[in-house]
Amino acid sequence: MSGFLRIAGRDLQLAYRARGEALLAVAFFLLVAALFPLALGPEPRLLTRIAPGILWVAALFAVLLSLDRIFLADREDGSLDLLYLAPLPLEAVVLAKILAHWLSSGLPLVVCGPLIALLYDLPAAAYPVLLAALLLGTPALSAVGAVGAALTLGARRGGILLPLLVLPLYIPVLIFGVAAIDASLLGLSPRPQLLLLAAFALASLPLATVAGAAALRQALE
Amino acid sequence: MHRFANPGRFLRMTDRLLPACGVLTALCLGIGFYLALFVSPPDYQQGETVRIMYVHVPAAWMALFVYATIALAAASLLIWRHPLAAIVARVSAPLGAGFTALALATGSLWGKPMWGTWWVWDARLTSVLILLFLYLGLIALQNAFENPERGQKAAALLALVGAVNLPIIKFSVDWWNTLHQPASVTRLGVPAIHSSMLWPLLIMAAGFTLYFLTLLMLRVKSEILAARIRALKQAATARD
Amino acid sequence: MLDFLDMGGYAAFVWPCFGLAILLLGGFAAVSILRLRARQRELAALQAGRERQAP
Repeated sequence: MSGFLRIAGRDLQLAYRARGEALLAVAFFLLVAALFPLALGPEPRLLTRIAPGILWVAALFAVLLSLDRIFLADREDGSLDLLYLAPLPLEAVVLAKILAHWLSSGLPLVVCGPLIALLYDLPAAAYPVLLAALLLGTPALSAVGAVGAALTLGARRGGILLPLLVLPLYIPVLIFGVAAIDASLLGLSPRPQLLLLAAFALASLPLATVAGAAALRQALE
Repeated sequence: MHRFANPGRFLRMTDRLLPACGVLTALCLGIGFYLALFVSPPDYQQGETVRIMYVHVPAAWMALFVYATIALAAASLLIWRHPLAAIVARVSAPLGAGFTALALATGSLWGKPMWGTWWVWDARLTSVLILLFLYLGLIALQNAFENPERGQKAAALLALVGAVNLPIIKFSVDWWNTLHQPASVTRLGVPAIHSSMLWPLLIMAAGFTLYFLTLLMLRVKSEILAARIRALKQAATARD
Repeated sequence: MLDFLDMGGYAAFVWPCFGLAILLLGGFAAVSILRLRARQRELAALQAGRERQAP
């Protein structure tokens, strides 16, 4: 357990030292969200209607940007080999890294979500649902993304390959994340969608841990 | 299955089976095409365009069947290290992508006269589109490494991850579709299936399946020969 | 005959579908068979070369 916490803590420390990068991802999130009114026109009813979709797509892109950070730096300076040989099981390492990634890359997006909701004039009732949806959806994004990052470690053109692999797998989170906010906009209960998002998060964590460790072994052997 | 782990034994089996399978495939496809184009009746609602179903539906079925084959081969490779599993997965992926693309193209050609647009975001077409992306990802990942073995193992893991996600994606897309589908759009439907339409459909499906299995054996044999050629060349350069 | 080719006015949609199917099935088969034949020839040549070398 202490090894697990130490790895998560170390990743968080590294993320904090490189906090400029994390802020870059947030800036990218806001920028993408700002592009659409420029492209589609500022009519408020249209913007409110498309806000949930744009918010989530922008969040997916922002998460994608931050994914190679999970394993790449460690691979380059050799600490990944050390982690592989360490007594702590590789699965625990992967889980710790997923947790650290979510805390350092996912949470900032959650915090920024309301800002974008402001730009798109979402009604006040949608804000809590927005936060809940992002909070419940982003862990699955980190988990599945970590598997993709491990699979493409050392690949040629890994940077462009990773989104191609991971985006189709993100589609369920996208669909239900948007649906939750849409439901609240229509005055319906978002509970079923939020529960599904929670289920995705809970299911993806153990699966991503196993798959990510297997992928890392392929990269390191 | 493990009996055929020995490439030599596999080659002997395919040499016996290939000619028969090839003939059976040609027969099945020939009969299927004939029934589809000449014998089966036009639909009450969709007219002659219903004939497209005899290509579109089997192609979509094959897209899934080939993916299941790849997932099975992937599990074989990763869990039991079956030596031929990597080859099966590698040669199947382009075929699966081809069937998927065919399903999409024919779906589009079926949709235009029915709904007036070249693409409709209905549940089946959208799921097949996502399946195409999964195939492209598999092929790309396979070829993305200097070491081909690493590529195959990574693609195998991705195939398994994709297999777990496929039902979830299908469920999500179906749900999304019911949410957004205007009531007037009817499902790109297999009409209430009458036996005069069921038989051509099943025969076409059988033909496509036989085609895939025949071509799979042929291509695996081809890869085994290629490996032998490489080995002989390496031995020759080692000698000289 | 012309009626059949016309496919009830849907000719532009039905025939390309069957055409694409035949193109795909035929194309993959042709490429695979040609590649197999080429490899069989190359393998035979290499093996003949080895037999000539081994006394």
